[in-house]
Amino acid sequence: MTRISVTVDGTKYEDEVEPRLLLVHYLRDRLGLTGTPVGCDTSNCGACTVDLDGVTAKSCSVLAVQADGSEVTTVQGLAVNGEWHPLQKAFHERHALQCGYCTPGMIMAARDLLRENPAPSADDVRHALEGNLCRCTGYQNIVRAVLDAAGSTEPSAQEVAP
Amino acid sequence: MIPPAFEYTRPTSVEDAVRTLAERGEDAKVLAGGQSLLPLLRMRLAFPELVVDVGRIPGLRGVREEGDALVIGALTSHHDVIADPLVRRHAGLLAAAAATVADPAIRHRGTLGGSLAHADPGGDLPAVALALDAELVAAGPGGRRSVPAREFFVDFLQTALRPDELLVEVRIPKTGDHDGWGFHYEKYSRVAQAWAMVGVAALVRREDGHIAEARIGLTNMGSTPLRAFAAEEALAGVGPDGVARAAQSAAEGTRPASDPAASAEYRAQLARVLTRRSVLAAAGMG
Repeated sequence: MTRISVTVDGTKYEDEVEPRLLLVHYLRDRLGLTGTPVGCDTSNCGACTVDLDGVTAKSCSVLAVQADGSEVTTVQGLAVNGEWHPLQKAFHERHALQCGYCTPGMIMAARDLLRENPAPSADDVRHALEGNLCRCTGYQNIVRAVLDAAGSTEPSAQEVAP
Repeated sequence: MIPPAFEYTRPTSVEDAVRTLAERGEDAKVLAGGQSLLPLLRMRLAFPELVVDVGRIPGLRGVREEGDALVIGALTSHHDVIADPLVRRHAGLLAAAAATVADPAIRHRGTLGGSLAHADPGGDLPAVALALDAELVAAGPGGRRSVPAREFFVDFLQTALRPDELLVEVRIPKTGDHDGWGFHYEKYSRVAQAWAMVGVAALVRREDGHIAEARIGLTNMGSTPLRAFAAEEALAGVGPDGVARAAQSAAEGTRPASDPAASAEYRAQLARVLTRRSVLAAAGMG
């Protein structure tokens, strides 16, 4: 067992973990933060995307011991005093989810994009989300939601090219 | 799946890491960003007794100039490589190819050294290191040695690194626009984020509207990344009209695999077509 100290969504945790424990399992099974799902388990789908020290990471591809001393933000840490994050609002308003499984990862990846590029084009959004799969194929509304959250002046919903 | 159990250690210096590898290297795997190793562990394709996490060793990140070379720390992430002004200026091919690796989240954690030491012939950066004539610097118990990229990739997932050695930096001779160099990485894959079915890294020096020198690195055309030497020779001295014919020899000497994604014949055809496209783009002749 290895001792780790991790801050997750603003709360500091100290734990003894097996080195082979994946960060996503630590978040879900140890901390009960089940807002971050396990999707494909092959690094492809991006459902488990979290923010690790200021940039996105796929939490199925990080060992919990690698996050020692780090700061993790999950989708559950985005709302402030019960007030949804603009991306959460936009996903709600634009109906940017069908089954919802990919949504936490989509939101975390979109948040990463908007930090680097506050006014992305639809194309920028699609490229930024290339590591996040929606098997309901609800991409159109996801792109619209991200553009909305960016307050972008991009073409409106109907005009976003497929 | 859950990875097999392993011991874990996190050395705090290169010397410390090398000492651990000298004792346990045969049973150990080095962990940098983990974007290749973690999937292998999860799929239970690797069973190391010990994982040596070098991810926090100071001094192995970042880019500096040393005369005619750029020196890039092995732990520099793809994300940082892409954004680095020195890389963009003096090794644009590397920045362009790194931007096609996987997806943003993986590029945040995946490292240049990790992807070279992993030596997957389907990875984008090994072929780029070959085209750039990079030198890979390994630290071992007896000090450091420099291995040319051409000698580094030995076989599928196998490199010239010894079990007690750690890749610490990558030295890349500058190939800037100001010296007439142009570059392009042409990658063909079925879907965004997928591995290259075939990729062609082209580095071309232009002189008076002709190609004076071409260096072509091939991704996924054999058990290691390869240089397309026959095509390079054929390209020397040609103008825009000669590129297509020269590119016909791009698959010579290669031994691509046949797998469910593509047959060997199809890969050979891709190599010829993508070499033409990549060279034309690199030379600004497209």
